[in-house]
Amino acid sequence: MVDLSTKICRVRLDNPTILASGILGVTGASLVNVVKNGAGAVTTKSIGIEPRKGHPCPVILTYDKGMVNAVGLSTAGIEESSAEIGFAKKNSRVPIIASIFACSVKEFGVISKEISKAKPDLIEVNISCPNVESEFGRPFGTDPKISADVTRSVKKNTNIPVIVKLSPNVGNIGEIAKAVAAAGADAINAINTVGPGMAINIEAKTPVLSNKRGGVSGPAIKPIAVRCVYDVYDATNGKIPIIGTGGITYGRDAVEMFMAGASAVGIGTAVYYRGIDVFSKVSMEIKEFMEKEGHSSIKEMIGVAH
Amino acid sequence: MIIEQPIMLKIEKIVEEAKDIRTFIFKHQLDSKPGQFVNVWIPGADEKPFSVSYQDDGRFGITVFSVGTFSKKLNSMKAGEKVGIRGPYGNGFTLKRGHVALVGGGCGTAPLAFLANELKKAGSKVEFITGARSIDYVLFVERMQKAGISTQIATDDGSCGIKGFATDLLQDILKKNPGISMVYTCGPEIMMKKVVDLCDMHRKSCEVSMERHMKCGFGVCGQCCVDNTGIRVCKEGPVFSNDSIKGIFEFNKYKRDSSGKKVPFNVCK
Repeated sequence: MVDLSTKICRVRLDNPTILASGILGVTGASLVNVVKNGAGAVTTKSIGIEPRKGHPCPVILTYDKGMVNAVGLSTAGIEESSAEIGFAKKNSRVPIIASIFACSVKEFGVISKEISKAKPDLIEVNISCPNVESEFGRPFGTDPKISADVTRSVKKNTNIPVIVKLSPNVGNIGEIAKAVAAAGADAINAINTVGPGMAINIEAKTPVLSNKRGGVSGPAIKPIAVRCVYDVYDATNGKIPIIGTGGITYGRDAVEMFMAGASAVGIGTAVYYRGIDVFSKVSMEIKEFMEKEGHSSIKEMIGVAH
Repeated sequence: MIIEQPIMLKIEKIVEEAKDIRTFIFKHQLDSKPGQFVNVWIPGADEKPFSVSYQDDGRFGITVFSVGTFSKKLNSMKAGEKVGIRGPYGNGFTLKRGHVALVGGGCGTAPLAFLANELKKAGSKVEFITGARSIDYVLFVERMQKAGISTQIATDDGSCGIKGFATDLLQDILKKNPGISMVYTCGPEIMMKKVVDLCDMHRKSCEVSMERHMKCGFGVCGQCCVDNTGIRVCKEGPVFSNDSIKGIFEFNKYKRDSSGKKVPFNVCK
């Protein structure tokens, strides 16, 4: 018998596929629809305190190897987003992960406290959106000290387990992982989008995205994501659960992530490539691989490539 | 390999349809189905979805009603200028052979004009009903008559056709024509709700084209997901059967803006 269940901190997932933040997670009903399509857990689109409309369109494009996006952290704000989480909690049985963003270390504390009232199973701290800068003029996630400060600020304001989502766009991701782990992070998600990147329409002679630059996701970034998870696992001695996100499209990609050190995988862009039921497809493919290779649990594959 | 990025197309021709309403024709093999939409990009401004209102022989058109900043800007453009187009997206209407009725309200009449042409080509008998504020805003009557399609008009002020609603005309047509097998509708949700109710009463199949705020158009951003099923208007829609529309709790109640906040229909501009 093959066991697809896994754990992130004390939270159990029936299968290791997690809807990544930023894809389909605007509403509670949409999250529930993703659960119906096989996800083991689902993550909201990043939530901020005040409503934000985001950038004018185009905000998302695809190219031959992936996707580039700069939606601009649109959010309905804490009040309405909490109601969406409530809907998702009430109408599904899988863990709901609330992704949060803020513009200062202090504000991260405020939003953690507020979002905790909606009782998500996990809180994911987005310190790595390439389109938002901290009060210090660069993404929070590029500096180990600021990343640790944000983590502490969040931990101080909630009892819910905290995942910190890291940026790949740093010199040494292991160093950031160590810093947030020491600051109390319960889990790490690696990685957020790569870049930023850009696509120019050569007839219009102008970048396609209204924000010009956008985070790159999809199959093209998978090797970067696998290496980052591998580095994070090394840096933290395999002691902290990792969600491996970035280019996961097929079951084999997920297994590669487990072997690099991930306990679960985030899936986002693959919704475009394989449809909204990509979660059940990937689960099935993981199961088939495990049966073929004689693995009985996800746990026994985690970190074996080290 | 499909790449979701706009391609720049020259506006070949502009047709003045009515007051503040123009159809832009592009020379491009779009191969869309009636009810599908394209995203139109004006570099440096914004990008918005528009239903395909015309398609024939390597050309397609969209019909633009000046309502907001973007549509006003688009409607000020001239033939020869270029805009970005991506798509077509969405599911489209099913083409039903037989006797059918189409009910359009305002600019919602746009996708129905393309549908009417295709239904007629497929040999269906088409009743085309369009509702508008006044005679100044009535759409596609000449085009429909030229195609030999029976057309009826309702205006709010009675300046053209009957004084009343498009749904009044539908009620009358359904009563007189028990053989009608399908009703298609696009327009304000309060009108489409009435169409769905009338179809229920007369036991007719019906297809409704919904509009929600969209960003990507290809099913990943989650902005157009509707309560309580969470299905995507850009992907599983925008056309829904009267059975599936009943599962859409928010239909004729509210929609979400680009932040994701709910906006009730009665206070929305």
